[in-house]
Amino acid sequence: MEKNITVTLRVWRQKDAKSKGEFKEYKVTSTTDTSFLETLDILNEDLVSKGEEPIMFDHDCREGICGMCSLYINGHPHGPATKATTCQLYMRRFKDGETITVEPWRSAGFPVIKDCMVDRGAYDKIMQAGGFISVRTGSAEDANNILIPKEKADEAMDAATCIGCGACAAACKNGSAMLFVSAKVSQLALLPQGRVEAARRAKAMVAKMDELGFGNCTNTRACEAECPKGISIANIARLNREFLKAKLKD
Amino acid sequence: MSSIFQSSIGRKLIMSITGMCLVLFLIFHLSMNLVAAFSGTAYNAVCGFLGTNWYALAGTAVLAIGFLLHIIYAFILTVRNRKARGSVRYAVETRNSKVEWASQNMLVLGIIVLVGLGLHLAHFWYHMMYAELVGAEYEIGAADGTGWLKYWFGQPLVVVCYLVWFVAIWLHITHGFWSALQTIGANNLVWIDRLQKISAWVAGLIFAGFAIIVIGFGVGIFPLFD
Repeated sequence: MEKNITVTLRVWRQKDAKSKGEFKEYKVTSTTDTSFLETLDILNEDLVSKGEEPIMFDHDCREGICGMCSLYINGHPHGPATKATTCQLYMRRFKDGETITVEPWRSAGFPVIKDCMVDRGAYDKIMQAGGFISVRTGSAEDANNILIPKEKADEAMDAATCIGCGACAAACKNGSAMLFVSAKVSQLALLPQGRVEAARRAKAMVAKMDELGFGNCTNTRACEAECPKGISIANIARLNREFLKAKLKD
Repeated sequence: MSSIFQSSIGRKLIMSITGMCLVLFLIFHLSMNLVAAFSGTAYNAVCGFLGTNWYALAGTAVLAIGFLLHIIYAFILTVRNRKARGSVRYAVETRNSKVEWASQNMLVLGIIVLVGLGLHLAHFWYHMMYAELVGAEYEIGAADGTGWLKYWFGQPLVVVCYLVWFVAIWLHITHGFWSALQTIGANNLVWIDRLQKISAWVAGLIFAGFAIIVIGFGVGIFPLFD
């Protein structure tokens, strides 16, 4: 049953990329069936009506598929719900009267633009380095033209569910983007169409990831535990294999 | 291929290969020490054989290089990773229950292992292999490994220090062993949990083996036969 809930939001406020930020507290009332982002909308409307700056945060589809929403809520990327994005987080997850700490992703690869909005352009740059196939695929072929074992197709599909939100790097104590890169390498390396350029892709994407200053993976599995799509670190092992094989052939 | 070790995965590869070599050495070391649990004479024969022959010296040198690389790269990776995490830290940090404590504290555990290694080298290597090399003489002979085991582990404080050291090694290997295999790509969806369990067993058996030796000599029941 829907109930009213009043919480204190302790939100990171930062004027711009160069300014020093700080936490500010706001009391807001919404309902248990209201999403966390809608609660932020309610707070923002209140702030605007008072002539104050609204809190900046990323969001788009609000259906858990676009990868735009972020926020580090009470010590978890995308909040305390497992395998869910921030936009899929509802206020019933919290207690009435609770103080909720909301922070932006913290990683050198994701600089803060304003408040809780970060620049995740680094992931786009990694994709541009090799996260594609360059053959002309034309229109969709008959599904049986190229036979792909079910297990491979499933694994490729699971890797392809990565929405590139950045929760992996945000959760990692090393600021490593390996889970993201490995998912993108895997989704293509597992399929015949992507296999052709697998070696070049692995080298180019890892080189770009390193160049952009992301950290080294130490296999803590924090990324996997916090990933809203449950991407497995088995993909990281595959990326390591692909990369080492490619380098040894050079 | 030359640029492989300049990449993030290449740097981890160095940690992985050196780490696995060190685990293999620990298993070799343990199997040697287990001889002491049964027969002091047999253990001394092993110590005499491994004393200062060229194979043992070359092996020690390779081991030392592996150890140094492992330590140097641990610090290099830590510095790079701290930089990658950025200067501003989270106000609220929580460890997900699926994340092992050891995996997030490998450097701290490694430093404890290093301190323990210093102590161990001072106790045994210095009085045995090094003493034989430079011709130094002590009350207990350089090849009398059993004598040195009885001498050092007859002191309760030394036993406690070694047990703390073994706990750090145990935790370090529970993560390090499967992580090393993951880094070389020897992992997949099926083996991921199996490797973690194997890792826990390998670390547990190494810990138990060394702890039994130290406690056994500490309470004076080893060697069991002569």
